[in-house]
Amino acid sequence: MFHWLEKHPFFFAVAVFLTIAFAGLIEILPNFAEASRPVIGTKPYSTLELAGRHVYIKNSCNACHSQLVRPFKSETDRYGHYSLSGEYAYDRPFLWGSKRTGPDLMRVGNYRTTDWHENHMKDPAAVVPGSIMPAYTWMFKNTADIDTAYAEMLTVNKVFKTPYNTELPMADGSKATVKMAATLDEAHTDALEEAKVIVADMKDQDVKDAVAAGKIPEIVALIAYLNSLK
Amino acid sequence: MENRPLEYDYTVAKMFMLTTVLLGIVGMLVGVILAWEMAFPAVNTIAGSGLAEYTNFSRLRPLHTDAVIFGFTLSGIWATWYYVGQRVLKVSMAESKFLMFLGKLHFALYLLVVVAVVGSLLMGITTSKEYAEFEWPIDIAVVLVWVIWGMSIFGLIGIRREKSLYISIWYYIATFLGIAMLYLFNNMEIPTYFASGGIGSWYHSVSMYSGTNDALVQWWYGHNAVAFGFTVPIVAMIYYFLPKESGQAVYSYKLSLLAFWGLMFVYLWAGGHHLLFSTVPDWMQTMGSVFSVVLILPSWGSAINMLLTMKGEWQQVASSPLIKFMILASTFYMFSTLEGPIQAIKSVNALAHFTDWIVGHVHDGVLGWVAFMIMAALFHMAPRVFKREIYSKSLMNTQFWIQTLGVVLYFTSMWIAGITQGMMWRAHDEFGNLAYSFIDTVAVLHPYFTIRAVGGTLYLVGMFLFAFNMYKTMTSSRRVEESELQNASPMGA
Repeated sequence: MFHWLEKHPFFFAVAVFLTIAFAGLIEILPNFAEASRPVIGTKPYSTLELAGRHVYIKNSCNACHSQLVRPFKSETDRYGHYSLSGEYAYDRPFLWGSKRTGPDLMRVGNYRTTDWHENHMKDPAAVVPGSIMPAYTWMFKNTADIDTAYAEMLTVNKVFKTPYNTELPMADGSKATVKMAATLDEAHTDALEEAKVIVADMKDQDVKDAVAAGKIPEIVALIAYLNSLK
Repeated sequence: MENRPLEYDYTVAKMFMLTTVLLGIVGMLVGVILAWEMAFPAVNTIAGSGLAEYTNFSRLRPLHTDAVIFGFTLSGIWATWYYVGQRVLKVSMAESKFLMFLGKLHFALYLLVVVAVVGSLLMGITTSKEYAEFEWPIDIAVVLVWVIWGMSIFGLIGIRREKSLYISIWYYIATFLGIAMLYLFNNMEIPTYFASGGIGSWYHSVSMYSGTNDALVQWWYGHNAVAFGFTVPIVAMIYYFLPKESGQAVYSYKLSLLAFWGLMFVYLWAGGHHLLFSTVPDWMQTMGSVFSVVLILPSWGSAINMLLTMKGEWQQVASSPLIKFMILASTFYMFSTLEGPIQAIKSVNALAHFTDWIVGHVHDGVLGWVAFMIMAALFHMAPRVFKREIYSKSLMNTQFWIQTLGVVLYFTSMWIAGITQGMMWRAHDEFGNLAYSFIDTVAVLHPYFTIRAVGGTLYLVGMFLFAFNMYKTMTSSRRVEESELQNASPMGA
């Protein structure tokens, strides 16, 4: 049979393809039949958080920081409850990472503050002596891309039915709604309102001035995202 | 029909040889910068704080991996395809104007993609998925390049004189099909600009899959991009170049059959080992773990087949640096395909995952196996393509030892770093509290990061020697006759 295949390239290619596709059929597809379902307390990202997530991706934070707490005592002691599949239901793409040059960030919103992040992103070694993380000073100058964040929000809402403007059950029994603006202008206004809350806890005068003038620096969006990780 | 030997046309092979060398240097140079940044963070702002955004570790990291995978390795795969393909199918590219045109188009489009990738990654335009960072416009271009390569493979096969496909061709076909399937499925994404009716940046997209599913598809891809980029086509090379250079027949046809079909069947299952103890269903993790161990069989099948091909001719390893490169490559292949399955065992993975031991594993595979084999292939091709002897044998020997030392420093330091960090993360004191804060586990790695940077730098020095040797071979080495090109490649002192 193998000799025959080696003389018939078309059938050879078909045989190779079936052999390599087999594992995917068995191993990958079943999980899709059961799509990721959110656990109670999981919310989609707001406009500003989504813009911050884009800043996180743009700077490949995931190259050094994981967002996956494994079910070991040493990890739950350090980072909090181990990760559940449903917590990632609105993560497109997933940001688990594959290397921990720095600590896990899955629940960083539980134990770090806006103020801490501001100082740390400006000069990591000043906050954590011995840190090898570089400073991210340009995030204080570059403006966050709210347009693209809003476009992504519209897209996931339309295509994947991500529940914006919908009451969602929270862990404490309350309900929460994440707003998706009706227009781009409204999205900007909403993001700016979110940004003002963050900036109230910040010291950098240039960043404060920018937000007062209606611009949102990347650092503000990033901190909004990091604070949402709980 | 005229009765004279075929004149093979290496125009396209030469083009890809050039990008193999250039992108190899670029990718490894970026890697060396990254290594020094980890040892000495001040290197992050080496070009001044104004340019810090572009010289920063996190912005350069994807550029390093993609330049080595899709720049150096892919160029090497194509350089050898446009050389080996003609020779084992007994047909010349010059016989078909269409295939010649396709080959040149292949190279031109590839160059465009390279420029787009370098530019976009430096600007931070990325999907974040490892080895699939490119946004959708580049993905479309990549698919186009891939289709052209497929047409070139099957076009050449279509007009072949040798009816039976040689082992190397099996592996090239598998590379083409495997990457095509994986790349398409992993890059399913929706451009937000179009879905939202024209808002935001035009190149941005959002993944079709979310969370755990996204991770599952990504590592089914990520693991098998290694399979079909770093294993399958490199095996294709060694099956051609080692017998050719040594003048020995492949040791066992049956073993090559077993290794090929075994590899095809087993490799795809193993992706789950990247997701052990994650939120992926447990049975998938176990499958990933078990099949990773089974994977030793087909991997070692090929490697042993190659080593035994040298049976009775081991003195060539001492006398020829070219054979040295290939034998060390096979040895590193065996070593790396044993190390991988060990790391895929759940209890080992609990320690090794997220640490530098994984980085060490990747590099003993890529530096020791992939890069050594590609450079050996290019050394063997050079005299046949340029009709000149290899410029300097002693330079080859020097390069071999410098780079071997570099790899050894690299993986030993990363072993120690990874296992040390993994142990410290989980250490508890007598009261059951964590013994170390995270920063303790970073500070302790400094000496190993420094040793790794030295190892990487040595390897890069070897790359420059390689580039110099190739350049001299191309331009000013002694010209050779066809009769000198039977087996062992002619080399100058």
